[in-house]
Amino acid sequence: MFEIAIIVANVLLSISLVLGFWRLYLGPTLPDRVVALELIASLTIGFIAVYVISSGRTPFIDVAMVLALTAFLAAIGFARYLEKGGHREDD
Amino acid sequence: MIELITGFFLVIGAAFMMVAALGLVRMPDLPMRLHATTKAGVLGAGLMMVGVAVYFGDGGVTARAVAVIGFLLLTAPVAAHAIGRAGYFVGVPLWEHTRSDELKGRYDDKTHTLASPPEMNESSADDEPRR
Repeated sequence: MFEIAIIVANVLLSISLVLGFWRLYLGPTLPDRVVALELIASLTIGFIAVYVISSGRTPFIDVAMVLALTAFLAAIGFARYLEKGGHREDD
Repeated sequence: MIELITGFFLVIGAAFMMVAALGLVRMPDLPMRLHATTKAGVLGAGLMMVGVAVYFGDGGVTARAVAVIGFLLLTAPVAAHAIGRAGYFVGVPLWEHTRSDELKGRYDDKTHTLASPPEMNESSADDEPRR
């Protein structure tokens, strides 16, 4: 039963990852791709949670913590770049 | 029993993540995609970290899982706000069926400061109530 739950969680996260990469490929604008990257970072945190539970290697939770902060910094950096000097989409 | 609760949290969290990814693909414009991914994605990741905390039941693991959830809850809204604001300034096209864009023309293109709507300026200038 528990193994089935882990497999189901992995399958759902994998489908979500494919959908996230699909939006990353489609675009159509740079902010859309940043949103997709942020969701992919959240998905990786979910994968780490499943892996920690299935393998029992608790130090990986620290990786999830660092990943959450790094994804935030990346999103803020992209937003600053777009707002200060990015090209406009409508001209 | 612990395994049952953990599996429940894992599957529910993964299901919310999948709803977020579906919203990311299916929603028609940037603010709606932000709306779908930020809330559902953070809820899904948070529920999965709750599953980790329940499964191990150890003080250190629980503290780190709570720290991850705290960071997610603190950073995701700020990042979504920054991306949405930047997207609005860059001129990302809104959905074709959008009814109204309340911010249109209110932002100064150079300084990115927000002006008050003209009706409010008028009514504060003269104290007469507007008919």
